[in-house]
Amino acid sequence: MQAVETRLRTETITLNMGPQHPSTHGVFRMIVTLDGETIVDLEPVMGYLHRCHEKIGERNTYLQNISYTDRLDYICSMSNNMAYVMAVEKLAQIEVPERAEYIRIIMVELTRIVNHMLAIGALLNDLGCFFTPMLYGLRERERILDLFEMTSGSRMMCNYMRFGGVRYDLPPGFMPELKSVVAAFPAFIDEFERLLTENEIVLARCQKVGVLPPDMAIAYSCTGPLLRASGVDYDIRKVDSYSIYDRFDFDVVTGTNCDVYDRYLVRIGEMRQSVRILEQAVEQIPAGEVSVKLPRVFKPPEGDVYRRIESPKGELGFYLVSDGSTNPYRYKIRSPTFINLTVLPELCKGHKVADVVAILGSIDIVLGEVDR
Amino acid sequence: MTEEEYIAQQVRRNVIITTIDKIYNWGRRSSVWPMSFGLACCAIEMICAAAARFDFARFGMEMMRPTPRQADLLLVSGTVSKKMAPQVVRLYDQMPEPKYVLAMGACAISGGPFKDTYNVVNGIDTYLPVDVYVPGCPPRPEALLEGFIKLHQMIEGQTILTSPWYRKEVEREMPVPILGPKGLVLPGEEDE
Amino acid sequence: MSREVYERLVEEFPEAPLEYLEGKDPAILVKGEDLPKVARYLKEEQGFDYLSAVTGVDYPDRFEVIYHLYSMREGKGALILKVSASKEEPEVPSVTPIWPGANFQEREIYDLMGIRFAGHPDLKRILLWEGYEGHPLRKDFPLEGYQTTGQEEPS
Repeated sequence: MQAVETRLRTETITLNMGPQHPSTHGVFRMIVTLDGETIVDLEPVMGYLHRCHEKIGERNTYLQNISYTDRLDYICSMSNNMAYVMAVEKLAQIEVPERAEYIRIIMVELTRIVNHMLAIGALLNDLGCFFTPMLYGLRERERILDLFEMTSGSRMMCNYMRFGGVRYDLPPGFMPELKSVVAAFPAFIDEFERLLTENEIVLARCQKVGVLPPDMAIAYSCTGPLLRASGVDYDIRKVDSYSIYDRFDFDVVTGTNCDVYDRYLVRIGEMRQSVRILEQAVEQIPAGEVSVKLPRVFKPPEGDVYRRIESPKGELGFYLVSDGSTNPYRYKIRSPTFINLTVLPELCKGHKVADVVAILGSIDIVLGEVDR
Repeated sequence: MTEEEYIAQQVRRNVIITTIDKIYNWGRRSSVWPMSFGLACCAIEMICAAAARFDFARFGMEMMRPTPRQADLLLVSGTVSKKMAPQVVRLYDQMPEPKYVLAMGACAISGGPFKDTYNVVNGIDTYLPVDVYVPGCPPRPEALLEGFIKLHQMIEGQTILTSPWYRKEVEREMPVPILGPKGLVLPGEEDE
Repeated sequence: MSREVYERLVEEFPEAPLEYLEGKDPAILVKGEDLPKVARYLKEEQGFDYLSAVTGVDYPDRFEVIYHLYSMREGKGALILKVSASKEEPEVPSVTPIWPGANFQEREIYDLMGIRFAGHPDLKRILLWEGYEGHPLRKDFPLEGYQTTGQEEPS
């Protein structure tokens, strides 16, 4: 038998994934260069949902912008509202009453639960398990959306926070319903985990895939569950202690293996911590005012300010420059998912095409925020 | 042909056609397969409409095909930006007939809150023929189901004799816009 | 904290014209050509390893690029650097070799504002398409853009 020539002349092929593709979480395009089935290079192309948000922000008054922030990361509208409102409050030095702070924290933590459920459902969708975990997640999400609708009038685009508080006080049926949701939640997370965490397909496809070392994560400005799954203990709720987070007792969930499976576990852990915060907030919430009277024509003083919060996807920040008029001079959004995507090409090199989908699902992007 | 013979011929033809039409349309409207094409926020409400609470599998529509070659209905849900518009029209051209377009949400109908900006198309009906409009920002899943019911009523009212896709002379391929230096340009109008 | 870092920087780079700007968020004004060495010093000696945001602003007389820096390891708060660029030929050295997370953000500023970043590995448009003319976030660009066909009339 003759020795077979093992050096074959191969060429790389370029594969285009998206913008219309069931696994790209929206209109996101990836141009992937393949050698066989292994990825050599990946180029993300975005901008298919660029809705001119920052320029519209300069045309609007400060109050009109709040309804546009709903549409940034359209799954977590309450956290976007809160980040913007806090930035303007720092600019104009407005104090927020206590009850309003508690209501804001309740809404933001409910949003965190909603987001993580949808993120895990979407990740599992991408792995091929079409729609069953998503249905479980959406079932609980509907209960929380009912709470949002009861308070603010809308399921998704809530437009609920205002400068110096919130728009409406909680309706009478809110607290009993919230208590029942919070009481039932740990059992639901246990059911979810029983379905997914020890599942051999999830383990085989998610472990050792998309490993992000902690130094690279910090250098590439990653934030949120992506950073914490790499072992870096950085949660803006603890570091900056904004709003009244210092009154609540909760842990920061980190991972050890820096892969897709750890990001999934970090999200499950964060849901449990959010339930802890909600239980404490429900007990501690005082009675009182929920908003502050502001002048009809709102003109904050001149200056520039940057304020950031820990949104469910990472660090969401607003940089506002004011020239003393009714409209912002510069309205800039520091979007977590846009910057987390910087590390996507590095994570995918050496993996297969099917792994790209899992890695993108674990970064958890929402195109409204990537493209603004 | 005398008048009685003409009338008899018409009656014979239409009675047969009505029964065929009824069965044909019942088959088509009971299993419309949408293409999963979520652009923006309305896509999340579309997913909720597909989930367990507002199930649209009761309408026969749970088969959301990712590929346009197997789909009947293009659910444009979300803002169409100028960068994305050529792709939307190309996908519409790739769908086999009979095909329908449902514009979901204020952005797909007329540009919505982002109307008249440098990267947003003022409604998808600038480039595609839309059959049903579902207003809202985002429309509730029940509103989307109402849109589907209207689409079913529209399908039931169609007849083989006059539908455009069995006639040879109708031009059904929509021109794909091109990304120009300042905006979108239709082919044929490039040098302005 | 910003004041101490500023004093340290003035000692380290005595020939670089640095300025301290007061305000709700105190900032350090750095000249464009000094930016790479100041940035490297801040990252390696002072521990500012996390670049949170890069922003471009279009003022009537100049362009400005603002950097928000934090330290993850030591938990230090926001340090803000501001760099000015001229209106006619706006160019600023890129910090992507130092903090790779600035890659997409600098591309976005180039795309929407037209400020070039010298030394960026791949400076091209990111949100708008290749071949688009104009930089939308500048103050002289209208919100409706410039239309070419009569297909959509701005109402």
